[in-house]
Amino acid sequence: MAIDQNDLQRRHAEYLTRKKKENLKYTLLSVLGILLFLGIWQLASITGLADPKRLPAPTTIFQTLIYKVGNTAPDGNTLFVNMLASLQVALSGFGVAILIGVPLGLFMGWWEYADRFMRPIFELVRPVPPIAWIPLVVVWMGIGLQAKAMIIFFTAFVPCVINSYTGIKLTSRTLINVSKTFGASNFEIFYKVGIPSALPMVFAGIRVALGNSWSTLVAAEMLAASAGLGYMIQIGRTVARPDIVIAGMVTIGATGAVLSGLLSAVEGRFLKWQTRH
Amino acid sequence: MSESINQAPVKVAVRNLTKKFGDLLVLDNMTFDIHRNEFVCVVGPTGCGKTTFLNCLTRIHEPTEGDLYIDGVPADPRKHNISFVFQEPSAMPWLNVQDNIAYGLRIKRLPQAEIDRRVNQILDLMGLQDSRRKYPGELSVSAAQRVIIGRSFAMQPDLLLMDEPYGQMDVKMRFYLEDEVIRLWRELKSTVVFITHNIEEAVYLAQRVIILSNKPANIKETLTIDLPHPRSVSDPRFIEYRNYITDKIKWW
Repeated sequence: MAIDQNDLQRRHAEYLTRKKKENLKYTLLSVLGILLFLGIWQLASITGLADPKRLPAPTTIFQTLIYKVGNTAPDGNTLFVNMLASLQVALSGFGVAILIGVPLGLFMGWWEYADRFMRPIFELVRPVPPIAWIPLVVVWMGIGLQAKAMIIFFTAFVPCVINSYTGIKLTSRTLINVSKTFGASNFEIFYKVGIPSALPMVFAGIRVALGNSWSTLVAAEMLAASAGLGYMIQIGRTVARPDIVIAGMVTIGATGAVLSGLLSAVEGRFLKWQTRH
Repeated sequence: MSESINQAPVKVAVRNLTKKFGDLLVLDNMTFDIHRNEFVCVVGPTGCGKTTFLNCLTRIHEPTEGDLYIDGVPADPRKHNISFVFQEPSAMPWLNVQDNIAYGLRIKRLPQAEIDRRVNQILDLMGLQDSRRKYPGELSVSAAQRVIIGRSFAMQPDLLLMDEPYGQMDVKMRFYLEDEVIRLWRELKSTVVFITHNIEEAVYLAQRVIILSNKPANIKETLTIDLPHPRSVSDPRFIEYRNYITDKIKWW
């Protein structure tokens, strides 16, 4: 049976148009959801249902955000400086957690000796909530960037280790045996089979770690800071400016979403084989 | 039926191969030879120790007694070229088709030019050139299995072991792949040990069939299939061979 190429192309084009329309529909639905949420909020504020002194309207928050881009009051920094300070804290703690946590998890998962040696210590440290480290960290490191990054490190470290450990433990026995019969050494199998097969889990761990570090930020910046989104929120509370507090929250949320998007892009590059089905 | 006298030199010599797990005797004193460029099928009932047998040949397990010699030297995956097609899907999901085929060659540290040459040869032989940049996840199960078989043949192995590689396929795909494996074997002159519990498959493929007994496994009989390739399943002699083996294994 001959296939009519023109017909095939036409139908493919039709399919693409239909798909596009569907995508547009779903995007509109998502936007509508946000707008509805903001609308109800705004309405509650205008009608006096919610006291604007306690819950400012979205438009007020938007104005505050715009204002903060160019002005330093009341916390002494522009929004951009605060964001940069927070990113510096969160990303340095997060980065060190990946650099130490992922290899540690991979080694523990692959080599029995490393597992037996390190696991007890790890299991003791793991259940301690990161916030509980704050007093100790202050004693050790004061209240500078290092101290704050250390707190973030504790929250990000655990999921990095656990996921890398579990990921590499789940490496298919068959794939290991394939490499063995080809004559690969244990270390070669580790980096040629173990690591790539653990990567999806490692990335899932990094994603949890990123979420943790960003959400522990406010707690870390409570340590006393002179800049940062958490600091801005603290000042907002002190001077009774809920709009500043919410503007800080919104910025944290938005930046978190952007970071998560960036991580997805990196993940997509590394895990091409998984996403391209 | 008689054993054939193969003129080719002995490639693989298995001598008194015995494997025990604790007190459990799985392989009982197996001795046989496989000649260069021979295609041997091993048939045995499920659970008779086929996988243990293969794992001893590949040195995933060490035999309890006896040994396996390739060209007169005890087999060693580091020194010899042993290739194994596992029953389960074993393509590396993170490597595309060409990198999967090159996987073993890179472990053996072959020069890049030689790797390219062999990969292209396999892709041509199997008609996989169009899919060379695809990932196993984008292929059908049978196509992914073909990649694995291609990867094994690319090694130009001293010994190619296949453990029921077509167990998951339907009948039509099976015949297609069986013809393909014969083509690769002839073209690349490999020495193949093919494990199956499908008697028809064994008679269709093998020059020689080794019939294993129930656990503990030893060799019940070795049978030469004196039919030219390609074989027809409806040929009376084919049916005769098939029935003969079936009769033999009724006593399992």
